[in-house]
Amino acid sequence: MTMLPPPTRKKLGLVIDLDICVGCHACAVACKEWNDGGEFGPLPDENPYGAEPLGVWFNRVHTYEIEPKEENKPAMTVHFPRSCLHCETPDCVTVCPTGASYKRAEDGIVLVDEDKCIGCKLCSWACPYGAREYSEVRGVMQKCTLCVDRIYNESFDEVDRQPACVMACPTRARHFGDLGDADSTVSNLVAERGGYDLMPEIGYQPVNKYLPPRQRRDGCGSAPTKTAQDEKVDFSTSPLLRWMDKVLSR
Amino acid sequence: MNPAFSVIFFTVVSGTGYGLLFLLGIMLAFDPSSLGRNEALLALGVGATFVVAGLLSSTLHLGQPQRAWRALSQWRSSWLSREGVASLASFVPIFALAWCLWRSADEALLRGLGALLAVLAIITVACTARIYTCLKTIPAWHNAYVLPGYLLLGALGGACWSWLIGEWIGGARAQPTLIVTLAIASSALKFAYWRFIDTSPPTSTPESATGLGRFGRVRSVEAPHTEENYLTQEMGFVLARKHAGRLRAICLGLIGAIPVLLAMAMLFSPLAANAIFACIAALSVTAGLFVERWLFFAEAKHVVMLYYGGAQTQRA
Repeated sequence: MTMLPPPTRKKLGLVIDLDICVGCHACAVACKEWNDGGEFGPLPDENPYGAEPLGVWFNRVHTYEIEPKEENKPAMTVHFPRSCLHCETPDCVTVCPTGASYKRAEDGIVLVDEDKCIGCKLCSWACPYGAREYSEVRGVMQKCTLCVDRIYNESFDEVDRQPACVMACPTRARHFGDLGDADSTVSNLVAERGGYDLMPEIGYQPVNKYLPPRQRRDGCGSAPTKTAQDEKVDFSTSPLLRWMDKVLSR
Repeated sequence: MNPAFSVIFFTVVSGTGYGLLFLLGIMLAFDPSSLGRNEALLALGVGATFVVAGLLSSTLHLGQPQRAWRALSQWRSSWLSREGVASLASFVPIFALAWCLWRSADEALLRGLGALLAVLAIITVACTARIYTCLKTIPAWHNAYVLPGYLLLGALGGACWSWLIGEWIGGARAQPTLIVTLAIASSALKFAYWRFIDTSPPTSTPESATGLGRFGRVRSVEAPHTEENYLTQEMGFVLARKHAGRLRAICLGLIGAIPVLLAMAMLFSPLAANAIFACIAALSVTAGLFVERWLFFAEAKHVVMLYYGGAQTQRA
């Protein structure tokens, strides 16, 4: 059914903290690994060990440089993980002619039923976020499942019932939770840090939110540097250091 | 957008087929006696063949063509599904008309079926156009020029083939004014469309895509992957843009100048040359439609490419 469900009360999604993401790609790799073997796998690669490998990933990490508006502000480098935002009103669901693309009424997760997909690719055209990647090998569209086969998996310990990308992040830049619940940890994070939507002008109302990086401190990276000043260590304060300086200076 | 040949072939050929069926339907609805039985049957056959060829071609780009029947199910939300349903529905009047023409049925029946065919032809082509115009992610398609473009160009292609069929059968009842009008209107619309996509400001930017515009100008320094991926192959097509200007001129020549000149020449020429003129016009317009449709895909930019470096997505 590719009609959108009525607005869901529960809105499972991710909150991604751009302030602390270090761009290590662990989330992308963990995602690929889990989903290759998970319920929605495999995620096959074409020519995996050849010169030009090509394959489906549900998560991609970009790196951007920001040229500051004001002249004396430092430039910023921001690592930017990009995956399905499980939008509230996405056209990727409604354009699907077969009913393969759907949004779950119970928790808002957007999924593809791979047994119904005819591989027309129209849903990927409708997505501004590049969340859907077509598998030439399988002939169907594939996308982030929010690890629906992990988060409800009762054979896992409670702490492990989270998406693979969230579990893997070494800096805890990724948070999983119910963004429909105003009191949830993720909703509080969004409220405190000013979490925002990507491309709000498209009007899909993404569930996933991004937390902005903090403005870098002024003067970073501009001369004269602290490193140069560090060279002049004051040895006069300690007799031991004074002696060592004398010995080593010979 | 990557211009897949199967989709270009589909939209051009089935659009022309529906144009031809539309004109046939109109003629039958208003004046069934003006058409010879053979001419009507031939136009119906050619139109239906074009439509079938187009539909079959459209299944070629599917990953799972054996499941294509499923595409008829979601007509409540999907224009692609609606197009499939409308297209199948149009075969009801096509087969009914074939039967009625063959059996020389009652005039009132021909009028009714002709009107139904004309309406379903318009609906189907409009659904095809809406598949593209409903995509907010592709500003070159999400605008008011595209839907009339599909309808006009379909009618123009149909009119030229209708002329050729008339000459072939010897009906000699050509419609130079119709062809001149459609060719000029189509060319003007395409010209306005190209001006629009060249001058309209971008709806999204690398800044809105990342939400980082508050800090300054956003520039991609490292892509997530060193090789191509599905997105860059499908949405990041850049080959065509280099030759866009020349291709646009070629397109306007083929769909505008040539059919107009030929239709005008028909008024002053001996009858014998008309079949040749009609043949050249049909081939010229069909070739022009392929160029037009190729540009329609190749020139369209998808907002997802903003994530892969804004500079690439600015119009060259």
